[in-house]
Amino acid sequence: MKKYIDQGKNDTRSGFGAGLAELGRTNPNVVALCADLVGSLKMEKFIEENPERFFQIGIAEANMMGIAAGLTIGGKIPFTGTFANFSTGRVYDQIRQSIAYSDKNVKICASHAGVTLGEDGATHQILEDLGLMKMLPGMTVINTCDYNQTKAATIAIAEHHGPVYLRFGRPKVANFTPVDQKFEIGKAVVLNEGSDVTIVATGHLVWEALIAAENLEKQGISAEVINIHTIKPLDGEAVLKSVKKTGCIVTAEEHNYLGGLGESISGFLATTHPTPQEFVATKDTFGESGTPEQLMDKYGLNNKAIVNAVVNVLKRK
Amino acid sequence: MPKLQELQDLTVQVRRDILRMVHKVNSGHPGGSLGCTEFIVALYNEIMELKDGFDMDGKDEDLFFLSNGHISPVFYSVLARKGYFPVDELNTFRLIDSRLQGHPTTHEGLPGVRIASGSLGQGMSVALGAAQAKKLNKDSNIVYTLHGDGELQEGQNWEAIMYAAGKKVDNLIATIDFNGQQIDGATNDVLPMGDLRKKFEAFGWDVVDIKEGNDLEAVIKGMKEAKSRTGKGRPVCVLLHTIMGHGVDFMMYTHAWHGKAPNDEQLATALGQNPATLGDY
Repeated sequence: MKKYIDQGKNDTRSGFGAGLAELGRTNPNVVALCADLVGSLKMEKFIEENPERFFQIGIAEANMMGIAAGLTIGGKIPFTGTFANFSTGRVYDQIRQSIAYSDKNVKICASHAGVTLGEDGATHQILEDLGLMKMLPGMTVINTCDYNQTKAATIAIAEHHGPVYLRFGRPKVANFTPVDQKFEIGKAVVLNEGSDVTIVATGHLVWEALIAAENLEKQGISAEVINIHTIKPLDGEAVLKSVKKTGCIVTAEEHNYLGGLGESISGFLATTHPTPQEFVATKDTFGESGTPEQLMDKYGLNNKAIVNAVVNVLKRK
Repeated sequence: MPKLQELQDLTVQVRRDILRMVHKVNSGHPGGSLGCTEFIVALYNEIMELKDGFDMDGKDEDLFFLSNGHISPVFYSVLARKGYFPVDELNTFRLIDSRLQGHPTTHEGLPGVRIASGSLGQGMSVALGAAQAKKLNKDSNIVYTLHGDGELQEGQNWEAIMYAAGKKVDNLIATIDFNGQQIDGATNDVLPMGDLRKKFEAFGWDVVDIKEGNDLEAVIKGMKEAKSRTGKGRPVCVLLHTIMGHGVDFMMYTHAWHGKAPNDEQLATALGQNPATLGDY
């Protein structure tokens, strides 16, 4: 079993900020927009180096999405930045009509996703955004797991023509993916090979899945761990290859089980290779105030919950 | 400048196109389309600087965004007669597999359309983005928009109106189709919006009134005046006073024809009031 080392805890949003700053230096067409959350999105470096290519919109997310759509007309590649909640549900129709249906090359970059923004509570958390975005035809949906991967994904999506939803978070988490790993949209990453169960995780749950796999190994259970950073288009082949070997699957995500990664995988497997599956996800509920760790524990979104789900799914093989 | 008479003839023909398009599929929005005929004809044939052909980026030419997408019939007719796509294609309006969707869209690749519209209130934001892209590209051309007056009830407009002035987007001319009507009745009955001129001025815009929005000469003169006010640090608003349903007597002065097609007999009457000039498609 491969051992992954935490290179030092960092927040995924800082990975976005670093990726955006690099794009500022390498791609003159990249422009950035923010709705009064520059510090939270870590956009300062890009702004400092490219003031003319930054648009401070104010607290007006609907206007921001429309302006981003318009900036593409003229060849710009706009990156919008605000919290995940205000990047999706608040502006769903603007994204739907002006960006997705109009096939505009806008990158919707969303921080503070899930419950791990913590103390601000359910008004600022969102557990529905992956579902909202994946249902839009033509939208690419990405949820990165650590600093390095978020930086790499930020850089990669500038090269992809079409609307993208890039989801990341607030808390400092383990940074374990290789610093030079190229980000391939739609390509799952097998982190550990195993034979008894497949664990597919996305976002902050990937590190938890690795810890769970270590703990399972101690119990004599061999878990294959796959990092699915791209929810849409889904790398069905990678999932299929794994479950044909293991015969069961656990999906793990910081999102409602309705509309999330697990739902996409169950839909895919139902039509290709029906497989027992357990969901590590929130159970159709809003979040609440608390520390990120408390919330992940209370809502069953950590390595313990993954181990429990594995135990349950193995009984159903 | 094309002779005024040629443009007058074009407005009559565009009205015929509008009426025949909505009649054929027994759906669509003739009222606002007829009311904005002089404006769209003047814009595309006299006011805007346009390149030959169509590309999405529209660099080094003026751009137009139709925010009130339901008046697609007038938009399609003017685009077709300007040469963006074959006039015969107007026959396919709202039919299955058509590029002429009920509301304009880029999805089917119709030349001349740069954004989907129909869900109201989004066009000004898009225009702001396009206008700012022009500034980044050192492109001195202008971005034009059209919005319904009732459409201003959508809050996103006011985000955009505030932004446009605050950020000095002065290469934008936003025109409001000030016909005082919306689906459920007069705007003053549905939701009174007060003094629109004062509202725009309070937000920091330069406002031009075109009192006779269905008089071609007045529209051209007013839009040239609006154009002369661009580049001076303020976005420009045109309050275009029109009559919904203009050119067909029984469709005027009412909201009844906002989204209703004429029957055979009504079509014959309406076409009789607008005898063919350039030839029907």
